[in-house]
Amino acid sequence: MLEITTTRHNPLVDPHLAVWSWEIPLYLFVGGIVAGLMILGGVALLRLARGEDPKGYFSLHAPITAFMLLNLGMLALFLDLAHKLYVWAVYLTLQPLAPMSWGSWVLIIVYPLLLVSALIRLPEAWPWLAQRVPLLARWSDALLASSRALRALAWTNIVLGVALGIYTGILLSTMVARPLWNVSILGPLFLVSGLSAGAALLHLMAALMRPQRPAPQGPIAGAIGALIQPLGKEPPAKETANALIRADIGFLAVELLMLGLLLIGLVTSSASHAAAFELLMSGKFAFAFWGVLVALGIVIPLALQGLELAHRIPHTLVPAVLVLIGGYTLRWLMVNAGQMSQIVQAAVR
Amino acid sequence: MARFGMVIDTRKCVGCMDCVVACQTENDVPVGYARDWITTEVRGEFPNLTMEIRSERCNHCDNPPCVYCCPTGASHVEDFGKTVQVNANRCIGCKACVSACPYGARFVHPKGYADKCTFCLHRVKEGKDPACVSVCPTHCMVFGDLDDPASEASRLLRTRKWHTLLPEAGTKPRVFYLT
Amino acid sequence: MTRPLTRRQFLKISAATFGAAAAASELRPIAQAVAADAPAAKGVTATPTFCEMCFWRCGGIAYVRDGRLWKFEGNPLDPQSRGRLCPRGTGAVGSYYDPDRLRKPLIRKGERGKEQWQTASWDEALGFIAERMNKIKQQYGPESVAMFNHGIGVRFIQHVLKSWGAINFAGPSFAQCRGPRDVGFTLTFGTGLGSPEPTDIANTDCLVLIGSHLGENMHNSQVQEFAQAVERRIPIIVVDPRFSVAASKAKYWLPIRPGTDLALILAWCNVLVSEGRYDKAFVDKYGKGFDKFVQEIRQYTPQWAEAETDIKAETIRATALEMANARPAVIVHPGRRVNWYGDDSQRSRAVALLNALLGNWGRKGGLFSQAGIKVAGYPLPPYPQSGRPLADNPNRERYPFADEAVTTGIRDATLTGKPYPIKGWFVYSSNIVQALPNQAETLKAIDALDLLVVIDTVPSEIAGYADVVLPEVTFLERYDELLAGWGRRGWIALRQPVMPAPHDQKPGWWIAKQLAAKLGIPESMPFDDIEQYLRARIEKSGYDWDKLKREGIIMGPKQPTTVEEGLELSFETPSGKVEFYSEQLKARGFDPVPKYKRHSTAPDGYFRLITGRAPVHTFSRTQSNPLLGDAMRENEIWVNGATAKKLGLANGQYVRLKNQDGVVSNRVRVKATQRIRPDTVYMVYGFGHTNPMRKSAYLKGASAAQLTTRYETDPLMGGTSIHSNFVTFVKEA
Repeated sequence: MLEITTTRHNPLVDPHLAVWSWEIPLYLFVGGIVAGLMILGGVALLRLARGEDPKGYFSLHAPITAFMLLNLGMLALFLDLAHKLYVWAVYLTLQPLAPMSWGSWVLIIVYPLLLVSALIRLPEAWPWLAQRVPLLARWSDALLASSRALRALAWTNIVLGVALGIYTGILLSTMVARPLWNVSILGPLFLVSGLSAGAALLHLMAALMRPQRPAPQGPIAGAIGALIQPLGKEPPAKETANALIRADIGFLAVELLMLGLLLIGLVTSSASHAAAFELLMSGKFAFAFWGVLVALGIVIPLALQGLELAHRIPHTLVPAVLVLIGGYTLRWLMVNAGQMSQIVQAAVR
Repeated sequence: MARFGMVIDTRKCVGCMDCVVACQTENDVPVGYARDWITTEVRGEFPNLTMEIRSERCNHCDNPPCVYCCPTGASHVEDFGKTVQVNANRCIGCKACVSACPYGARFVHPKGYADKCTFCLHRVKEGKDPACVSVCPTHCMVFGDLDDPASEASRLLRTRKWHTLLPEAGTKPRVFYLT
Repeated sequence: MTRPLTRRQFLKISAATFGAAAAASELRPIAQAVAADAPAAKGVTATPTFCEMCFWRCGGIAYVRDGRLWKFEGNPLDPQSRGRLCPRGTGAVGSYYDPDRLRKPLIRKGERGKEQWQTASWDEALGFIAERMNKIKQQYGPESVAMFNHGIGVRFIQHVLKSWGAINFAGPSFAQCRGPRDVGFTLTFGTGLGSPEPTDIANTDCLVLIGSHLGENMHNSQVQEFAQAVERRIPIIVVDPRFSVAASKAKYWLPIRPGTDLALILAWCNVLVSEGRYDKAFVDKYGKGFDKFVQEIRQYTPQWAEAETDIKAETIRATALEMANARPAVIVHPGRRVNWYGDDSQRSRAVALLNALLGNWGRKGGLFSQAGIKVAGYPLPPYPQSGRPLADNPNRERYPFADEAVTTGIRDATLTGKPYPIKGWFVYSSNIVQALPNQAETLKAIDALDLLVVIDTVPSEIAGYADVVLPEVTFLERYDELLAGWGRRGWIALRQPVMPAPHDQKPGWWIAKQLAAKLGIPESMPFDDIEQYLRARIEKSGYDWDKLKREGIIMGPKQPTTVEEGLELSFETPSGKVEFYSEQLKARGFDPVPKYKRHSTAPDGYFRLITGRAPVHTFSRTQSNPLLGDAMRENEIWVNGATAKKLGLANGQYVRLKNQDGVVSNRVRVKATQRIRPDTVYMVYGFGHTNPMRKSAYLKGASAAQLTTRYETDPLMGGTSIHSNFVTFVKEA
C-alpha cells in the first residue's frame, strides 16, 4: 500500500494541472484548420500555376477563410497568456529548442502570407476593392500571369502549412511530464486531423455557396459576397466536391490509423504512458474518445462519404459537420486529459 | 563555476512546514501559493509501516524541460550557480513551463508570470543559505556546490544512501534525498 | 437556562469593527492584507524579541523592510530557538496581518451571545468594566471576580486585579494540560517539571515517547534535539495508537490500545524490577517505600499487560530492556498535555516511577535540574490579604494535591455559588469555550455572570459572549514582562515592539495601568511606562539595558544541572526521598502506588476520539493567521483504511461525527490511512470555529472540543480528561 500526501495546493496546478482551458483547444482546432486550408490552398495554387481550374474557388476562399480563422486563433492564444503586456518578448528571440518559439515566428510569417495569397484573386471577387485600389488589381493580374510566382506562393503555403499543423503536436509531445502527450505520433496526428478538418470546412463552404449575379457591389456587401460566393457563374463543380470527399476519406483513414498507433504507443511504453491510456479510456474521456471522436468524428463520416462517392446515399453536409466536431473533440481531449496525466509513482522502491 | 544543489535528510525531516512558511515570508510569496511543500509517502499495512517525509521544491535540474520549452528565454539557466531562474520581464505567461515540469514545481504568479523556487539566490549571493535551509529546526537540509568535492553536500552524497525524484524523467534533478 | 453552543451563535463583530473595510484578497502578499499607517522608512531593521505564538517563548529577530513587517527569524543567542524558529514563529508575521484581528474595544448591547456590539473608546470600555467590578465588590466582595489566562502578557492585568483584591486566577494549562504530570512528579520526586521540560534529549541514549508526537507537536528545542537523536540513531520507543511522525522514526512503535498506557508503564516497571535491571544504587540511596512498591506491581507482568494493551509481551520486555541498557542516559518523556482519562496524575506518577527506576533524575541524558537566573524585582505595593478560601479548591479539600488553581473548579463555583458566588470573569488570551470540557457547562456559567471581559488579539468563541472585548496588540507590537527562562542555563529575554499597532489595540501593561486608575488604585502601577519598569529591573540586576535591547538575550551563569556536573540531588517530598510508595496519598485515601483500572470502552459502532497537534497551529488561535491558515486550512478525521472500507468511507470524503451524547460536529474530511488502529479515530485539535468573523477559519474542519461533552475529573488535582468521548460517523445526505 502506498499513501502519498502533499501540502501543496497551488491554483491551476493542484490537484492536477489546469493551466490551459478553452483558449488552447480552440487555438489548436482553428490552427489545425488553417494549416489544412494552407496546404489545400497551396495545392489549388499549384493547379492554378499549371493553368488548370482558373475559376477554382479554393485558391481564393482557402486563404481568406484561413486568414479570418487565424485571427480568431491568435486572439485565443493572446487571451490565454497570463502576462499579456509582455507578449512582444516572444519576438525578441528565437529559442531553437522551443517549438512554441518556432510556432510564434511561423505565425508571424503566415499572417502576411495568407493576406498575399488571398489578394491574388480578391479583386476579381470583390470589384469594389479593385476599383478603389487599382494597384491591387494590377498586382493581382501580374501574379496570376506568372506561374513561377504562383508556384513559389503555393509551396510556401504548403511548407508553412505543414509547419503550422505539426508544431503544436510536437510542442506537446516534448513534455515528458505529461505522458499522454509524450508520443511522437502526436505532431503528425494533429497535422492529418487539421487536413481533414480543413477539407471538411472547404467542403461545407462549397456546398453552401450559391452564386449571386450580378456580383454585389460596395464595401460591405462586396466583402461578404467575395467570401461566400464562388468566383464565376456556376457553383463549385461537382468534381470539386468529389475531390474534396476523396481527399477527406484519405485523411480520415490516415487519422484513424494514427489514433490507433497513439493508443498502441501508450500501452506499450512506460507505466506512466500506460496510465495515460487508462485515463483516456475512463469516464468522460472514454465517451469523448470513442463516441464523439472515433465514431462521430471519423468512422461515420468515413463511411458516409464512401457511400456518397458510390452514389448509394445522397450527398449531404452531415459528414463535413461531423468531421469538424471530431476535430475539435480531439483537441479538447488532448488538452484536458493531457493536463491530468502525470508520471506515476513507483509503488515499490 | 559553482553548481548549486540541495541535500535533504529525510530521516530527520519531521514535515513541520517551517521551510514552506519561511520561503513565503522571505520571498513575499502570495498567500495561497507555495514554492516548496511537504510530501509524505507511507508504505505498508497497519501496523507494519514506513514513512518518508520530504521537503520538495524546484529541483533546478541539469536537464531542465522548463527551460527548453520557453519561447522567450525567460526561463533560463543562470551562470551563477547554474540554477534555473525566471526573468519575469521576459515571461509572456504561456504556461508551457508549468506544463513541462514533471514535479509541478512551477505556478502562475497572480501578476501573470511563471514563478518557483529560486534557491534564494539573493541570500546565497550574500553568503547565506536559502531561507528554507536556514530555518529548518531539524537541520535536515544542506545547500552547497555539488561540483566542489569538499562541500558538505558533496560529502553527504558520497557517504549516505540517497535518491532523487522521478529520475526516469531524465531531468537530472539537483535536490537529493538521504534515506 | 442552558444554551448549547449551536452553529447559529455567531460572533458578529463585523458590523461594529470593520465597517466598510474590504476583506483582504487572498492573492496579495500578506503584507498588504491589513492597511496600516506604518512609517515608510527605507531599508531593513532588525529587532530582537521573543515569540508568543506558543508558550515556548523562543527568542527571535523581527525584520522590517521599508516600513513593512517582512519576516521573523530565530535569535542565534537564544538557548531555545538557537537561531531557528518553528513554523508558528516563522508565521508570526501573519498574526500582525491577520484580517480578523480585533481592532477596537467593544461593549455588548443586547443579549449576551447575540453578538450585537458597539465600538467604544478605551475610556468608555475600561470605565464600564471598573463600574461593574466595583458593584461586584460591594455586593459580593472582590474575590468574586476571577480570571482565566494563558500567556505572559497577562502579568500586569493580573497584578492590578490582585491589587484590587481578586484571588482566583487559573490557567487551562494546569487542569486541561500538564497539571496531572506535574502533580505526579511532585508526589514522586518533590518537584514538577515546569516548562520547558528538563529532558536532556541531546545527550540521551534512549528516548521513550508515550503519546508525545514530537515533530507534529512543535516544542521547538525538543524537536531540534529529537532530530539530533534520530541522527545519532539512538533507540526511540514510541507508544501511540497512531503512527505519528515520531513513530515513523522510532526503533519500536507500540500501537497501544487507547486507555491502557498505565498497564504498559506498570509492566515496564515490573520487568525492570523482576529482572533486576533497575538502578539499584539510586533506589538504595534515594528511594523510600521500594519494597511496598515492588509488592504492588508484582501483578503487572508483561503477559498480563499484553491482554490489556494489545502489545506483545516480548515487545514489552524488549523495550524495557532497551531502556535499561541505556541507563542512566534514558528518558521516558513525561509528556505535556497528559489529561487523557481522569487518572492521569497517577499515570504520570507511574512515568515518574519508571524514570526513577532508570535512575535518570539529575543525570546527563536524563532529566536534568533546571538552572535559572536571578532578576531583581521592581518595588510594587503588596497585595491585600483576603480571608476567603480559593473558590476552585477551597482549603485544598476538593483536590488535595492540586498546587495550581483549577479552571473547571472556578467554573463549578460560578455555577453553584459555592464556596461563594463568582460574578465576574476576566479571560485573557484563552478560548475557554474550547479549552474547558463540556461547552454547555461553560455557557451556563457565563449566564450567571454580571461581567465577562475578554482580552485577546483575535475574536475567539469566548469573545462572542463577552460584555466587553478589549483588543490587545500582538506580541510584535508590545513590551511585556521580562522572560526569565529555565533550562540548562537560565536566561533573560526581552520583548519589545517591532511595529506600531495598526488600529486601536493596546498592550496588556497599558490596559492594566488604565484599569488601575479607573479602579482607584493607580499606585499599584507606579511607573509611567513599562520601559521604565523593565529598565529598572535590568539595571538593578547589574545588566546593560541598551545591550539587552540590541541583543535580546542575557545568559545566566553556569550551574551544575546534572550529577555529572556536580549537582547534589535532593527531593522535596515529605520523606526527603524519592517516594516509590506515597504515604501522603494513602493518608488521603488514594492509591499509594498507581493501580491499573480499565477505562470505558466504545459502544458498538463508535470509536474512541483522540486528538493531537499540528506543527503549524497553536490550539485554536492561529487558524485565521493568513500564512498558517493557508498551510493547514482544516483538520481531518483519521480513520484506519480497513475500518473506512467497512463503513463505506472514502478518503477525502466529508462526514460529520456524532458523539455518544448525540452532539454532531461540523463537516470534516476523512483521512483513510494505515497510520492508525482500526478501533481509534484521531484529529488535530483547535478547528471547527463557529465564529463567522474568523472568515478563513469559519466552519473549517471539526471541533474536538465541541465533541468533548463527557469528561472524568482527576480526584487528586482536578484535571479533566479529553479522550473520554466516542464518535460514530454520519454521512452527508
